[in-house]
Amino acid sequence: MSFLEKLDRLDRRIIFLIIGIAVFVPLLFRVPIKVVQSPIVQDIYEGIEALPEGSMVLLSFDYDPSTLAELQPMSEAVIKHCILKKHRMVFMGLWPQGPKLAQGIMETVAPQYDLQYGVDYVNLGYKTGGMVVISSLGSAITDPFPTDMNGVSLRNLPIFDNVKTLRDFDYVVSMSAGDPGIKHWVMIAKDRFKVPVGGGVTAVSAPAFYAYYNSGQLEGLMGGLRGAAEYETLIDTPGTASYGMSAQNWAHLMIILFIIIGNTTMLILKRKKEKSRVR
Amino acid sequence: MTMTFAGAIGIFLAGVLTLAIFSFLYKDNPVYKFAEHLFVGTSAGYWFIYNVYNIFVPNVLVAWREAGGFADYFNVALPVLLGFFMLMRLIPSVSWISRWAMAFSVGMTVGFNTITELQTNILQQIGATLSPFASLHFNNGGLVASVNAIIILLAVLAALVYFFFSKEHTGGYGHIAKVGIWVLMITFGASFGYTVMARISLLIGRVQFLQTDWWVAIKHIIGLG
Repeated sequence: MSFLEKLDRLDRRIIFLIIGIAVFVPLLFRVPIKVVQSPIVQDIYEGIEALPEGSMVLLSFDYDPSTLAELQPMSEAVIKHCILKKHRMVFMGLWPQGPKLAQGIMETVAPQYDLQYGVDYVNLGYKTGGMVVISSLGSAITDPFPTDMNGVSLRNLPIFDNVKTLRDFDYVVSMSAGDPGIKHWVMIAKDRFKVPVGGGVTAVSAPAFYAYYNSGQLEGLMGGLRGAAEYETLIDTPGTASYGMSAQNWAHLMIILFIIIGNTTMLILKRKKEKSRVR
Repeated sequence: MTMTFAGAIGIFLAGVLTLAIFSFLYKDNPVYKFAEHLFVGTSAGYWFIYNVYNIFVPNVLVAWREAGGFADYFNVALPVLLGFFMLMRLIPSVSWISRWAMAFSVGMTVGFNTITELQTNILQQIGATLSPFASLHFNNGGLVASVNAIIILLAVLAALVYFFFSKEHTGGYGHIAKVGIWVLMITFGASFGYTVMARISLLIGRVQFLQTDWWVAIKHIIGLG
């Protein structure tokens, strides 16, 4: 068997091993990469940056742990940005486990920045219904969420003193892994109630949302780990996404290399076979 | 945050199960099968309990207890009744009742979505595709934006032509449809590129978990952390 034939029948486990090494080694050395900012991520950053101090930002955690690797770094970066700008944050989720993921971040971040629950931030929890929940937020926040996730009435939380409906929020950020998610925030919050909407999505679904950005329905968008790394670079706080981008680059390089090797080998062998058939 | 011993054991087990799932990359084996079955079983149990406490309890039990009038009771009773109807599918002799609940659900969703979908995904998108033509100019830095707007419009039209099957795709019409296929292929290519990134991101997430949380948990268990 020639070298090319061996290459053509390469055991897929060798490819898995090389991809594994390409991911593992860069992460071992934890080299953060400063990624070049794209306008689509820059715009969401600038939208939050331009809000005056004390603005109300609604952060909807529309994902679960299966997409944690991509969306959690984005959430952490946006939350840190909001804290640095002294915005007030209201968390909620259209996915059952979303609010718990928000709680996980705040349990670490709130003591660091001396944030007070009910004054600086609040977690409303999860409500089933997707688009209907967003729509009823437009009538009154207390319609879908009479209490926060701990059962405390919203009337007893000072953060809601002047905030009664979705229109009272200055910005909506949806971290979305599918349906319901950012699309529904665009449909209701932006198109019906005219509240600016930005957010982050998994890389798989990112291309579908560029149309909303181009039409101005979406203020900005983070797509996958790269989007999160861009945002981390913008707020100058390298996190898991920035460290992960080095591994991402090496893995992509290997995949491109395998695609080139695989196709070149296939074409050469195909030509050889055709030649031998002619003879 | 400080790690408790029980927490460390949990994270340690999560790491071991992650490696068990990865062992499938070598070949199918009993360790992988055990982890897979465990995942399916615990997920089903977890979601059942989660839904009971996050959907049924607050939306039915608590809402019924706190109901103050006929409208409140009605708002709780009707969805419960429709949900009950849905379960009638399990009894063949009365399974037709489930169609009522299905009809309500479909009807309500269609009614709620039609105008919003039309506004957001059709009218606004058509507007965004055509609006650059109102200020089309090829000087003072407008060249790139103008060419981009023309390409987008032509690509959209070509893709639409491809999906119009009432006319045979032959001649000039066929050529436009072929351009439409190219547009679709480029779109799928972009999606595929992003999909590769997403899958690698998930692997990165797991490796980061093993390198940080899992390692810290191991050190905690053996008394080094």
